[in-house]
Amino acid sequence: MKSTKDIAELLDEPACEHNKKEKSGCAKPKPGSAAGGCAFDGAQIALLPIADVAHIVHGPIACAGSSWDNRGTRSSGSELYRIGMTTDLTEQDVVMGRSEKRLFHAIKQAIETYNPPAVFIYNTCVPALVGDDINATCKSAAERWGVPVVPIDCAGFYGTKNLGNRIAGDAMVNHVIGTRDPDPLPPGTERPGIKVHDVNLVGEYNIAGEFWHVLPLLDEMGLRVLCTLSGDARFREVQTMHKAEVNMMVCSKAMVNVARKLQQSYGTPWFEGSFYGITDTSQALRDFARVINDPDLIERTEAIIAREENRIREALAPWRERLKGKRVLLFTGGVKSWSVISALQDLGMVVVATGTKKSTEEDKARIRELMGEETLMIEDGSPKALLKVVADYKADILIAGGRNMYTALKARIPFLDINQEREFGYEGYQGMLELVRQLALTLESPVWEAVRATPPWRTGGLKKSTATEIQAEPLSAQAA
Amino acid sequence: MAEIVKRNKALSVNPLKASQPTGGSLACLGFDRAIPMLHGSQGCTAFAKVFFVRHFREPIPLQTTAMDQASSVLGADENVIEGIKAIAEKSNPALIAVLTTGLAETQGCDVHRNVREFRERYPEYAHVAVVAVNTPDFTGCVETGYAATIYEIVKALVPDAASAGTKPGNRQRQVNCLVSPMLTPGDLEALRDLIEQFNLRPVLVPDLSDSLDGSLTDDDFSPVTIGGTPVSELATLGEARASLIIGASLRKSGELLQEKTGVPSHYFDHLYGLQANDALITTLADISEMPVPQKIERQRAQLQDAMLDTHFMLGQLRVAIAADPDQLNALIHLVQGMGAEVVTAICAGNTPVLATAPVDSIKIGDLEDLEVMAKERKAQLLIGNSHAVASAERLGIPILRIGFPLYDIIGGYQKTWIGYRGTRQTLFDLANLVINFAHEEIEPYYSPYAQKPESERQACSPSCH
Repeated sequence: MKSTKDIAELLDEPACEHNKKEKSGCAKPKPGSAAGGCAFDGAQIALLPIADVAHIVHGPIACAGSSWDNRGTRSSGSELYRIGMTTDLTEQDVVMGRSEKRLFHAIKQAIETYNPPAVFIYNTCVPALVGDDINATCKSAAERWGVPVVPIDCAGFYGTKNLGNRIAGDAMVNHVIGTRDPDPLPPGTERPGIKVHDVNLVGEYNIAGEFWHVLPLLDEMGLRVLCTLSGDARFREVQTMHKAEVNMMVCSKAMVNVARKLQQSYGTPWFEGSFYGITDTSQALRDFARVINDPDLIERTEAIIAREENRIREALAPWRERLKGKRVLLFTGGVKSWSVISALQDLGMVVVATGTKKSTEEDKARIRELMGEETLMIEDGSPKALLKVVADYKADILIAGGRNMYTALKARIPFLDINQEREFGYEGYQGMLELVRQLALTLESPVWEAVRATPPWRTGGLKKSTATEIQAEPLSAQAA
Repeated sequence: MAEIVKRNKALSVNPLKASQPTGGSLACLGFDRAIPMLHGSQGCTAFAKVFFVRHFREPIPLQTTAMDQASSVLGADENVIEGIKAIAEKSNPALIAVLTTGLAETQGCDVHRNVREFRERYPEYAHVAVVAVNTPDFTGCVETGYAATIYEIVKALVPDAASAGTKPGNRQRQVNCLVSPMLTPGDLEALRDLIEQFNLRPVLVPDLSDSLDGSLTDDDFSPVTIGGTPVSELATLGEARASLIIGASLRKSGELLQEKTGVPSHYFDHLYGLQANDALITTLADISEMPVPQKIERQRAQLQDAMLDTHFMLGQLRVAIAADPDQLNALIHLVQGMGAEVVTAICAGNTPVLATAPVDSIKIGDLEDLEVMAKERKAQLLIGNSHAVASAERLGIPILRIGFPLYDIIGGYQKTWIGYRGTRQTLFDLANLVINFAHEEIEPYYSPYAQKPESERQACSPSCH
């Protein structure tokens, strides 16, 4: 089990703006009125997209049983990450102290059956509490079977999902990154006059494959992505992350410790950015060129941006007409709140309010910059509070994480899912087309009228007229 | 009859099993204005919630005692007591089920004592029913957690006949039904309909068809369930004419109910297939002292006809099944009753009913076991949940989706499997899968002497020459 000191160290993240206040990352959850995942949840979400690794959840069934194969992240090759693996601890394992032994054999079984380049072990509450030494077990298993076995000590009770993200990042920095140098550039990829620069993306999960909208542009710029941590990544890519010239923190502070530690140990500069919306995508591409500071790259990047922006603005024109002026309540965490705002404003939509529960002061400043001083920032994300804002501000649509989908639907309000469980990719210039399609699909749907209408027999007018018609018929028949 | 083969590998791969707290939550969600609270770390609840949201496509009320580092080590009694209080205060529910997890049980919690302490400390919430259940996830499966929760609810909330003065049969038309988690909301609607046709009044315990049937209500939002068995109804169970216990997993609860109330329990392991439904209808006719309605006779005749039509497709069909115990037993009876052969039976947990299933052996295991055995034994069709779809794809055989969770189809929760009608539809669905996907055709033979057009002769393999 991690000591309280270890956890306090992880919570103390100098690169995070939340760090100024108490070192708790987020407020302590209150029994009976808490929401959200645990540290294990966060660690698994952060690393599961590494596609060719055998991910073993060490614990009883609840941790893996309801969560395996449960994300929209996609791989361009290996599908091993979609195979759910758990030690599925039994009462006897717990009582008799046999869980370490089971873990050791489980690692062997995973290696023999699936031949992975590495095995990741996620420690959970029960083995943490009984005191399994997973570091030692992983070490001896790695020696015995000759395959890297990485301990990720992320028991749920250590803290929040956010802490879990950091634990995951920490494990990569401590055990994986720097264990291999990058391959030489593949023959035939050279382009005369273009120098290839190595970069990383941290916190990019390739939800629904959306990063594949962006990667071709990076390729065109001559940026070799050594690794995306962790969307569509492979173990051998993570190993080489220390050799990048620049790291981009994508759209989230969750694994900011990775960027900071890579800067500390290897001097790699990093910047924060997002691929949501035209403005932010262009900004991210520019930032790569700026930090690398290669004049030729800067010039070519501007050309690519100009071409892509023109192309996408033309393609979006008819959609802008349909969406212009629609009012949006945006409720999503942290950085996404401002990065999505600019995407929606690119479309001429009006963001009437935004959630800022997880946003830092810096995020809030950017929101004010984008939306004006008067903008409503919502801290209370309870369904009741959200619905009230929708009504008060006459929002046409709620854009939020999947958790709030039914809040909207049950209240008969159009909804767009913006979080990681979604099935559509919105990143990059091309992703904007999917975004507008999905926005229009729900906003313009004929079902809203149907589900909001009261049944005809309950509305006064129709009921009466139908009733009189029925009555009138026999009367007129009699008269005839 | 069946030999139970226990787990023999260290690693569970592609788990079939979901946890006991998940099952306990499901049971609780079938009561009106109820909310389950899992005693564990926040993730226990978050995962269970996502599990149900994906299956039912409904908002799911579910809370947590939010154990952290300190309370995991030093004791979490306060988390339970304050958690119950917070829910009672904020949401005013009719029922809170406190379900333990592996973490809380390993730590050594005593939730029953916690509930007593809550009662002493906060007498103002005496009107909120609170039931504590031990559902650690290092043992059992969804079904056992569900059954344990129903047992505790009957124990805590159904009054003894002696003390409450209830008398069996006071409500001449009331029939209590304890229902297994294998019954979908669609099944429960069908069951209610069958019972009402005998002019009886069913009280379903729990009633997911009223809380998670996917209906749009006038309320925008509720922090607790909308619909389900009213908790107040539990006090009337002792006045009923009879109790129907559907699902072998609920036998213990049925026995307890009879012991407490004196209302006779009638047991049904499942309601799939002709015989099982004949038993139900006969019992209903006996209880109601009514002849079997024409409509039901008609449905029975339709099922018989469907059995004739589909036996060509289902006879000798090699089937692999993965499910929780009640459902596995039911499916084995159903398909073998059609002349199919269950070549692989994988179960999430081990319960007494499995030994009675008419197959040689049942493996307590995961979907990797399913895949390996189904391949070895050349299964032609697979029956399992959405997770098993990937297995079916790798095996190259069709799958009939059933059980928990069903996340890759819409409306799976509403499908009706029980009764003559439900069974008939199941047979049609199975037969259609066979016709469309599992039919084994003879490979064409290409004669080297044939006078087929030039373009077709290339199809002739070199071995012809």
